[in-house]
Amino acid sequence: MSLEIALPILLPLGFGAASLAAHRHIALQRWLGVAGTGALLAAALWLLRSVGREGIVVMHMGDWHAPFGITLAADLLGASMAVLTGLLGLATAVYSLASTPIGHERYGHWPLLHLLLAGVTGAFLTGDIFNLYVWFEVMLVASFALLTLGGERAQMEGAIKYVALNLLASMLFLSAVGITYGLVGTLNMADIAAKLGEVDRPGLVSTLAAMYMVAFGVKAGAFPLFFWLPASYHTPPVAVSALFAGLLSKVGVYALYRVFTLIFTQDVAYTHEILLWGAGLTMLTGVLGALAQTEIRRILSFQIISSVGFMLMGLALFTPLAIAGGILYTVQDIAVKIALFLTAGIIFRLLGSYRLEALGGLYRYRPWLGILFLIPALSLVGLPPMAGFIGKLTLVRAALEEGAWGITFIALLTGLLTLVSVIRIWQQGFWRGLPNRVADAALLTGERRDATLWLMYLPVAVLAALILAAGVYAQPLFALSESAAGQLLAPQAYIDAVLGEGAP
Amino acid sequence: METLMAVLVGIAFAASLYMMMRRSIVKLIIGLILLSNAANLLFFTAGGLTRGAPPLIPEGAEAPAGAVADPLPQALILTAIVISFGVLAFALVLIRKAYQVVQADDLDQMKGTDT
Repeated sequence: MSLEIALPILLPLGFGAASLAAHRHIALQRWLGVAGTGALLAAALWLLRSVGREGIVVMHMGDWHAPFGITLAADLLGASMAVLTGLLGLATAVYSLASTPIGHERYGHWPLLHLLLAGVTGAFLTGDIFNLYVWFEVMLVASFALLTLGGERAQMEGAIKYVALNLLASMLFLSAVGITYGLVGTLNMADIAAKLGEVDRPGLVSTLAAMYMVAFGVKAGAFPLFFWLPASYHTPPVAVSALFAGLLSKVGVYALYRVFTLIFTQDVAYTHEILLWGAGLTMLTGVLGALAQTEIRRILSFQIISSVGFMLMGLALFTPLAIAGGILYTVQDIAVKIALFLTAGIIFRLLGSYRLEALGGLYRYRPWLGILFLIPALSLVGLPPMAGFIGKLTLVRAALEEGAWGITFIALLTGLLTLVSVIRIWQQGFWRGLPNRVADAALLTGERRDATLWLMYLPVAVLAALILAAGVYAQPLFALSESAAGQLLAPQAYIDAVLGEGAP
Repeated sequence: METLMAVLVGIAFAASLYMMMRRSIVKLIIGLILLSNAANLLFFTAGGLTRGAPPLIPEGAEAPAGAVADPLPQALILTAIVISFGVLAFALVLIRKAYQVVQADDLDQMKGTDT
């Protein structure tokens, strides 16, 4: 029995139920929100510590041993993603205290937040592919409701596209699971990996790989399946947008990493070549889309897509260094995206707009906000000494070692274009003077005070400090990514850990 | 039997994709409903069809005698049906609300958040 692997799923579920029971008491829900996400972070850290010490942690639900029961299995990748989920859940919970409208809190912002986190950690920690589908749906239903709370026109329009395309992807995923079961007669991922090698139907296996690729590609927002993402992510309140930006598309990326390192490694030349093309086109289209936008949240939504390209690049190159770089980039990008969205929320609070033409004067009146924006923004671009630099450096080095010149060129070009798009926000929002269009700048200039503003600054400051620390003192994070990549590329250890102890 | 089911699943997928690509949001939802049923049928068929042999163990024995139907796909589909039922119920409320806000049953008039 290893309780630590079940806790990161049980805690948010329990706190979600508790805040649902306390639906009349907003103040209590707020406390539960901060306490629950804090407890999730602590539990996930405990899990990461156990995984670091003992290797892969496995728990069989109801003591039905694999491959018959549902298995939870955490390797270093899953455990670190769970830690990030806890960290970001805590950051958005604290930020929500100051920024979420009271109407949203009354209609279930807090319970949904917990359930969303439960779905995300469940997806990171499960070792069963049908269970992965179920956690995807838990996460999706919670995100549907969070996205539409408020009922504004833009939210409805965004939500229809989000719901329709994510349902399509879920059904494709379910069909793929069905065919997998028909082919190998098991749903445990380790067992599938062990048995799929014996199946002598390469055509069907490749079709299956493509189905998983498309299904998870939609969820991750990969080219050419990303159109729902920039149409919907910027419509809810900014704390929710930040959570979606940081976590939801990364669950798709995680599923791709899991499935294409554990199960579909028979025909790497075919599947990972497609992934490589997808990765290059994803980063380029994402950044070009960002350049065409004039609203901060939409620019950042397109930057999410561009970053997904870098994560897929690590998986597609499929060398130990590339996968380590991909994991490192994913880990830092989750913190970067959430910090950038939260900063955009502070800007909105100060100036009342997300549109670049209505912004200005931020650096003059709020120099610290400028610095808090620059740290994640430069990490996004990949400039030293931020964590993003280490991630991109590792990825580019891995690509050069493989002689993949094309993807190297696209990655570097994307970095340059990302710099341009970040500079546009900096120049128009921070650097130039206050434009005349600003309706109410009293908060910015300090004529009026806002007592809850520090609650919005606090999570951004902590995340920015972490990004800076992970860039300056990168060794622990890099070592973690390398061991996680080592585990992914040696799936036999995972298979043995899941099947071994219970096998008759 | 399998061939017939496969053709049926194919028709259901084709019909649902056709409906989803229409402009009307009501037809979009009909397409989604058909799609989830098609995926469930596919799962059911891929799991293997066995007629008239319920997976029951005779009294005194430890394993069922002969080939029996696999109960697992049915249990999984039941889970999937419940999930898609919940999601589709949400989607129905969503299109009703969207219709109230936008005053049109036309996806072409819902491009405000596109790029």
